[in-house]
Amino acid sequence: MFLLEQVVNGLVLGGYYLLIALGLSLIFSVGGIVNLAHGAFYAFGAYVAVALTNYLGFGPAIVISPIAVGMLGILFERFILRRFYTADPILSLLVTFGLAMIAEQLLRIIWGAAPLSQTMPQSLKGAVFIGDFLFSRYRLMLLAVVAVVLLGIWLLLQKTPFGRVVRAGIERPDMVAALGIKLQPYMTVIVVLGVAMAALGGALFAPITIVHPAMGAEIITVAFVVVVIGGLGSFWGVVLAALLVGVVRGITIHFAPAAGEASIYVLMFLVLLFRPRGLLGERIEKFE
Amino acid sequence: MTTSSRRNVLKGGAALTGTLALGFPAIVRAQTDKIKIGHLTPLTGFLGALGAYAQLGMRMAEEEINKAGGVMGRPIEVISEDSVNPATAATKAQRMLDQDGAAILMGEISSASAVTIMQVAARNKRLYMQIGARSDALRGKNCNKYTFHVDIPNTVMVNAVGKALQRDNMVNGKKFYTLTADYIFGHDLLKAAKAFFDANQATLLGDELVATDVTDFSPYLLKVRQAKPDVVCCNLAGNQVTNLIKQYAEFGLPYPIVGFNLNTADAWAAGEGNLSGTWPTVWHHDLDVPASKEFVAAFIKKHGKPPENHAWIEYISFKIMARAMNETKSTDSEQLIGYLEKQTEFDILKGRKGYFRGWDHQLIQEAYPFTVKPKGQAKDKWDFLALGPAVPNANEPLEIINPTKEQNPCTL
Repeated sequence: MFLLEQVVNGLVLGGYYLLIALGLSLIFSVGGIVNLAHGAFYAFGAYVAVALTNYLGFGPAIVISPIAVGMLGILFERFILRRFYTADPILSLLVTFGLAMIAEQLLRIIWGAAPLSQTMPQSLKGAVFIGDFLFSRYRLMLLAVVAVVLLGIWLLLQKTPFGRVVRAGIERPDMVAALGIKLQPYMTVIVVLGVAMAALGGALFAPITIVHPAMGAEIITVAFVVVVIGGLGSFWGVVLAALLVGVVRGITIHFAPAAGEASIYVLMFLVLLFRPRGLLGERIEKFE
Repeated sequence: MTTSSRRNVLKGGAALTGTLALGFPAIVRAQTDKIKIGHLTPLTGFLGALGAYAQLGMRMAEEEINKAGGVMGRPIEVISEDSVNPATAATKAQRMLDQDGAAILMGEISSASAVTIMQVAARNKRLYMQIGARSDALRGKNCNKYTFHVDIPNTVMVNAVGKALQRDNMVNGKKFYTLTADYIFGHDLLKAAKAFFDANQATLLGDELVATDVTDFSPYLLKVRQAKPDVVCCNLAGNQVTNLIKQYAEFGLPYPIVGFNLNTADAWAAGEGNLSGTWPTVWHHDLDVPASKEFVAAFIKKHGKPPENHAWIEYISFKIMARAMNETKSTDSEQLIGYLEKQTEFDILKGRKGYFRGWDHQLIQEAYPFTVKPKGQAKDKWDFLALGPAVPNANEPLEIINPTKEQNPCTL
């Protein structure tokens, strides 16, 4: 029973990992870029939300922050990422790694090294009991938001002409080009969506963790583990992996609390050992 | 050691000159007139926010010391860097002594990094003033002749909170559940906490070791709820305390939460409305002592926010060091150690003066418990903590809250 509670809690946490990992996976799948700066947008999302909360209140801040950071994503794609789609992957790795460091220092310069505090509205505080399970009311709200976002992204990719081009672009970019479709505008949208999701994650998580300059570096590792476990190019792979990581961590903490953080890396190791392509990873020509 | 200091010593006709010059022949080269101090503190990672305050306090002391004519008529220059992790801290400390010409070492907040810097100090026979790390082991089984400790050790923190908890009938016969940081500091704090529980008929229901990179505490909170303790006790450090406090408020668990370690910056970051319970501190900016108020006013004027306890402790540490150098007229480690070991009393901006205990080099001083002000009483976002009375009482010797010779295995 207690274990089941941990499993359910792990699923909720997995939803939050998903917000950050999904964008990372999309940007990699379509553009072939490992965006090490993804965590920075998560941190920006949190900081902007805290700053806006003072003027607009909690709700509007959560909505506006991802949009604002998403706009930043346009500049990021247009002026930086675009130069590296066809370059050696190591270059984009270096550039985004450098950007992550610049972003962290920028946050330190603008808002200071001391962590900021974000308080959630009183109405979202406290616990909810469903049967004998204890849930944080705030996290249930968070889970609902993640579910809506997830559904939106899925519909966009599966049911729209836009999604068809993106999916084709992941599989066979040369074929898409041969049909006379330029992938670049699509890439801009993908980056904006990915970055906005990360910012939303930051804005939503700000009230339950602390907002500090290095928060991006903290989340990026877990997000990568999720992407690697899930497998590239697979929407459901990332979803499955995020939930799995949350659950495995919860179960490990139940039995061996000190090993909680290590467990997700062990999981990644095992997955890579038996399924090097990730759980649902597809064979993608350009990465072979 | 610099040429000019050698000149000064010669001028004074001190007999030491020969040995000093012979002892450091390679370093006695053309160098500036400044007295250099190597300073390390974490600026990144889970203690980074505290390190930022530490630097502010250190720079303020440096500026004031130099404005007042420096040390022995020479300006001091503090070379300050991010200690990053224990291995890097040791490497940087060694480099500061070898290449940067630092006379002595100061600083640190992380107990793990402090241990490695202490080893560097001992190996090089140079003084290290360990300012902000609290693990008992540093001044216990790891203690050495070259290191002096300014911040209160874990045992004192436990005793400071413990006295307040006893007063509120929250110890005797109660069941505790602890969350402990999984590194030297946390292990050490848990040990001190266990000793306190044992001595006061409290039981420990369970303990969770928490890795220092944990940011989500929900699985631990579920376990706490399953255990149904009387009191939850936080043995974490740095911004993990803040995270736990916020998530504890988020889940709304009914058990009172207390802690044996907290720095005010972490409490401020949690924000009013999230923090509750009783916690220890080494100093707080609304302490009712004139000298302390003066320091706080100057700090606020300069930085627009009140000093955190790590800003205060760096400030007084550098003032102590400047005084020690001025009075011994030396930057030589052995001389300074001799001076500090004499248990000279220093004004540390508290009600009672402090002194370094000769046999374990610990600064003996007052500590305080604090609680949280009722909602609506805070004047600003730094003002929601209610400082309790100093521990120990004014009529008791300061030593009684510190580990005794029997409890502390330190031999210098």
